[in-house]
Amino acid sequence: MLITCPYCGPRDVIEFTYQGDGNRERPQPASQNLDAWNAYVYDRLNPAGDHNEIWQHSGGCRSHLRVVRNTVTHEILSTSFARGGHKTESRS
Amino acid sequence: MAEQHLPERQSPLEPEYHPGSHGNFEHGVDVILSETRPGSILQLAAWPGEEKRLIEIIRNVTGLALPDGAGGGVSSGARAAFGFAPGKFTVVDEAEGFAQAFAGAITPAIGTLTDLSHGRTAIRIAGPKAEWVMAKFFAIDFALPAFPLGAGRSTNHHDIFAQIQRSGADQFDIYVFRSFARSFWKALCHASEEVGYEVQ
Ligand SMILES: [Zn+2]
Repeated sequence: MLITCPYCGPRDVIEFTYQGDGNRERPQPASQNLDAWNAYVYDRLNPAGDHNEIWQHSGGCRSHLRVVRNTVTHEILSTSFARGGHKTESRS
Repeated sequence: MAEQHLPERQSPLEPEYHPGSHGNFEHGVDVILSETRPGSILQLAAWPGEEKRLIEIIRNVTGLALPDGAGGGVSSGARAAFGFAPGKFTVVDEAEGFAQAFAGAITPAIGTLTDLSHGRTAIRIAGPKAEWVMAKFFAIDFALPAFPLGAGRSTNHHDIFAQIQRSGADQFDIYVFRSFARSFWKALCHASEEVGYEVQ
């Protein structure tokens, strides 16, 4: 499986670390809404298909990335920086 | 002001550094391995939105104009610079104490400078089979069109991080953690045996 890092270009999956489901919304730290915290910690869509994910290019430029991956075919449909600001020309 | 005394730096490769020709060199030496021992290895990082200002500072201080784009770099012999991550750059100089040249230029509003001179070891591989040997270690494209002259890459070998700059058409400079440098050096020597190598 290859993931195209927006900075480094296509790299083997071994250079990346999965950082979890990209659909989660973290409640404000002071929030006492137990349902919101429960949803953040436990609720997952678990689709058989396209899935929003957060990955880190931990063995390369160390950027955190938004990745859309098909959980059935492992096709990588898109990658982008998880945080804006560092705008760099893509090599892909 | 007291004179600054820099500790004498010893090579971590020393016990395994054997100048001369090795391996299958009867038909010629196809790669030359060496430790370049630059005096200064610096890591510069810009806060988001300050990248252009940092690139400008690098140009003013080093005289090296970094090309636009990911991994862009320049290697001029005594001095080198390249991008290795968004907004982050490695700057290398032959002389010790080069961090001082950036003092006052990189303000806290622009970014940070970390002096890694004692934390990294620089290893050079050169020769017609340099790409071939490098491809045994790193899963990236070493062909010249994909990895242009001066460009930098961040990657790893067996989970050990490495930065690589192409400093010549058939020459690469590899920056590895000092604590892993001897292990990497030994592996590099083994990988070079089949093509015949010379340690300089
Ligand atoms: Zn990357």
